[in-house]
Amino acid sequence: MDEKLRVPSITGIDVELDLAGPGGRSYAFVIDWHIRALISAAWLGLGLAVEALTGALGGATVFAVSLPAGAIYLLYHPILEIVMDGRTPGKRMAGIRIVTKDGGSPDVTAHLIRNVFRFVDQLPGFYAVGLATTMLTKQSARIGDLAAGTVLVYDNDQEPVTLTAHAGNSTIGLQQAELVGELVERWPELEPEKRARLARALLQRLAVEGTELAADDDLLRRLEALLER
Amino acid sequence: MSSRRGSMESWFRERLGFWRDAGERVRDLRQQASPPADTVLAAVRSYPEIARDLAIARRAAPTSKVTRQLAQIYSELHRLVFKSTVSLSEEAAQWIRGDVPRIAGELRAPILWITLLFAASGLAGWWLVASHPELIALFASESMIDGVHRGKLWTDDLLNVVPSSLLSISIFSNNIAVTLTAMCVGVAYGLGTIYIIALNGLMLGGIFAFTAEYGLAGRLATFICAHGFTELSIIFVSGAVGVSLGEAIARPGSRARADAFQRAASDGVRLMLVCAVFLIGAGLIEGYVSPNDNYPLWARLLIGLSLWLLFLATLAGKLPNRPAALFRSS
Repeated sequence: MDEKLRVPSITGIDVELDLAGPGGRSYAFVIDWHIRALISAAWLGLGLAVEALTGALGGATVFAVSLPAGAIYLLYHPILEIVMDGRTPGKRMAGIRIVTKDGGSPDVTAHLIRNVFRFVDQLPGFYAVGLATTMLTKQSARIGDLAAGTVLVYDNDQEPVTLTAHAGNSTIGLQQAELVGELVERWPELEPEKRARLARALLQRLAVEGTELAADDDLLRRLEALLER
Repeated sequence: MSSRRGSMESWFRERLGFWRDAGERVRDLRQQASPPADTVLAAVRSYPEIARDLAIARRAAPTSKVTRQLAQIYSELHRLVFKSTVSLSEEAAQWIRGDVPRIAGELRAPILWITLLFAASGLAGWWLVASHPELIALFASESMIDGVHRGKLWTDDLLNVVPSSLLSISIFSNNIAVTLTAMCVGVAYGLGTIYIIALNGLMLGGIFAFTAEYGLAGRLATFICAHGFTELSIIFVSGAVGVSLGEAIARPGSRARADAFQRAASDGVRLMLVCAVFLIGAGLIEGYVSPNDNYPLWARLLIGLSLWLLFLATLAGKLPNRPAALFRSS
């Protein structure tokens, strides 16, 4: 199984995208399934309750209640994928997106094709065919993706695309600055013993002396000082 | 070596501002449905520059976070710069005016073969049930068989049980699901589609033979004639699309198997989505006209043949110009 999709560009520099595997796909699907099932059931329940209490809908119950509930369930994926440019709330939470094999945004036809082929992917139940295909194909594609010429790639836009503030540090190298920056960012989440061990190793590598006996907050101060220099 | 590293790092520092701006522009473009032209132009101009910078960064600091973020900006720019600008209405017009006639023309031979297969299985079904009447239990439910024994068709008094609106919805949604499934199962080298078409032919032939035995075949044909022309034609088209999917996998020709399958699927779904619109029309007729005894045979034939001719005109690309103009102006 390939882990990256490499797309040749007119610039001569390949675009590299991380392919989403069965795990990422399933995670997104489970979230989406719950959302559409809940909204659909809520619409159905609310409509039937209104009809039972007031009798206002009468013969229009099918059109006002059952039909929209079914439409929400069946059209959730195609409509949201078209409107959200290859994403759904579940895909967004899983940090994945549908793109074409050349790294572009799929057109409406491609979205419709990959959704029509859910008929096959969901056979014989629990998306068995689709899941098996994602495990067996090089680009982790289900049959709908093979038919539409699409793939799912990791694309986490919840993290804004910004460059780390430490990258321009002049006294230590770029990669060391990034390491120090990451350790400082993760400092509150790490256990005191572990972070102290990591900090000492890093400071010694950067030739900062007198760190063996330094206390926890002193180590953090020294790391921050490196970034501020 | 250290002076080289120093110059690389000063280059990184110099370019940082440009990369930050490019990243923010990408974020703006993602969030805005109609971004200002200046932003779009600036993004397009930055694309080759980011590509060059990424190439340098990949060599100088392949594992750096900056390189990873630069790669992310580059892939986003690539997606945004090469995004299709064709609107939904333009795509729909292209489907109806250009794609559907071309695809239907290419599938003429498979459509003919599938029609023959259906006719042959229909005849086989007729012969089977006519020679061995007990075999009708394979094709019809017990209540249907009992009704025919009493001289009643299961379609009689249908409107007393279900209103036309509900009947239409359940019919066309079921028909759309069946035809799309018949097409999709073509991925099994076309065998799934052939099985479904042959089975449907057998059933129809068997049921006609059974009703003919009790003098009810004429009434059944009267019920079917309003919606049947279009519905059966669409079944044949979906069969042909399914077979073409199977053929693309089994005999991809000069293309790679995946490419041949993708092309067949893309063409097939375009055609079937237009067919789905006609299935809605046929479903409405089946719900409102077919079970209603107030419609005489000539009216049923007129309605059924009109929809069928419109369907054939769409497949042949012979629609009048006005609908296309409407699509284009929207």
